[in-house]
Amino acid sequence: MIELRDIKKGFGDKEILKGVSATMESGKVNLIIGSSGSGKTVMMKCIVGLMTVNSGTILYNDQDFTAMDEHEKKTIRQEIGMLFQGSALFDSMTVEQNVMFPLDMFGKGSYKEKKKRVMECLDRVNLKDAAKRFPAEISGGMKKRVGIARAIVLNPKYLFCDEPNSGLDPQTSLLIDKLIKELTLEYTITTVINTHDMNTVMESGDHIIYMYEGYKQWEGSNEEIIFAKDEKLNDFIFASEFLRDAKEMRQMEMFRDKNWRDRLQGGKPEK
Amino acid sequence: MEFRFFYHFGAYLLMLKGMFSKPENPKMYWKQLMQQSVDIGIGSLGIVFIISLFMGGVTTLQTAYQLVSPIIPKATIAQIVRDTIILEFAPTLTSIVLAGVVGSKIASELGNMRISEQIDALEIMGINTRGYLVMPKILGALLTIPCLVVIAGFLGIWGGKMAGVMAGIISNDEFIQGLRQELKVYNIFFALSKSYTFAFIISSVSAYYGYNVQGGALEIGKASTTAVVVSCVLILFSDYALSAILL
Repeated sequence: MIELRDIKKGFGDKEILKGVSATMESGKVNLIIGSSGSGKTVMMKCIVGLMTVNSGTILYNDQDFTAMDEHEKKTIRQEIGMLFQGSALFDSMTVEQNVMFPLDMFGKGSYKEKKKRVMECLDRVNLKDAAKRFPAEISGGMKKRVGIARAIVLNPKYLFCDEPNSGLDPQTSLLIDKLIKELTLEYTITTVINTHDMNTVMESGDHIIYMYEGYKQWEGSNEEIIFAKDEKLNDFIFASEFLRDAKEMRQMEMFRDKNWRDRLQGGKPEK
Repeated sequence: MEFRFFYHFGAYLLMLKGMFSKPENPKMYWKQLMQQSVDIGIGSLGIVFIISLFMGGVTTLQTAYQLVSPIIPKATIAQIVRDTIILEFAPTLTSIVLAGVVGSKIASELGNMRISEQIDALEIMGINTRGYLVMPKILGALLTIPCLVVIAGFLGIWGGKMAGVMAGIISNDEFIQGLRQELKVYNIFFALSKSYTFAFIISSVSAYYGYNVQGGALEIGKASTTAVVVSCVLILFSDYALSAILL
């Protein structure tokens, strides 16, 4: 579990994060959404320690990450896997060597055991056949899957994904979302995804944090978002007529479900 | 301007300080060091070979052109060529060329890694990127560039001899005789001192500019150019300083 307590971050006079508090639970896909410039990338970089917060606390399983020295932070970082927007694969290494790298650096055991683990991970992302190819020789979707394999090879407790669907076609996007969701449940990882993709929001978002101008504007699940009354959130999520129609259809579907009807009448899902 | 100088100098020192930490896996650091040594050393052999031969050849021809007096023995040409190459051309000219070849490679490689978030990926894994990426480059340069300078010295003198003999300026025996006259071992020590200093400048300055690239592909090119320019200026400056101090 990751807990953020009133984190603030600014550059010079410009305040980017204006006191954000949130909890990201393990075994769930936690999404950070928001328009460009809302502070979601800065927030993710602060959580993983690529940037330091100006004030506030970040807790990894009740351990204060912000108060740790570099050596202690390294220990936490070895429990983190991250999928970058551009995949960030090492160009000079093959797919297999890319996935092997964290094992070579931190893993124990023989080469045979490491290779077996690499093949397991590549198999998990359906890329066993591409093991000997270089990043320049594979497609964008495949690169993302290699990035996922590299991120999970050390069995991380936390998985961070920065825009995992950017530049991918809808079908590949869905495949990546499904894969991340499955891995989150399989290994009970705390997954945090920074995304613009509405499919991801509706299909995988167990817990959604909507950022607006440096504040946490709304928080809830992908079911609750359908009935959310927040105007800014609705403008952002259901921006097109098509999406607004889809929302109404989903609302009607959910209203047929007795449990949801009761919850709505109790006013619970609304935030 | 002054502020920017101090900013860059401070950041450069911090980068150097940040390199020193316990390696996460010494084997991987060793592998990286060997890789960098091969890239810098073997990768630059071709260009060092070519410039050294021509550098020696031109030095012989131009020295002979200026020594027109019949009372000066021809062996003196070889002596001048030897000392010029050992004292100046082999360490300085080779290093300036290597600043272009190796420096731009280091800056663009690290710049590309920064832009494509590969450095961030390593940081997230808990790796000290300055230690893993920058230190092996500096150590690799310190290991190989002095060797390249020694090779450049030998090749330069040999090239000088070949040019002299082929042009009919000096015979083979006269050239060998000249090489053996009044050789100061201190000159070799001086040349090696310069080559270590220049190796450190080329690798660390280029690594600094590459490691701190911000922006896109255009900035990688700019960082690469700046790295080469700053390295060359610092090489010339330290060449003068070392000559003033050590000679």
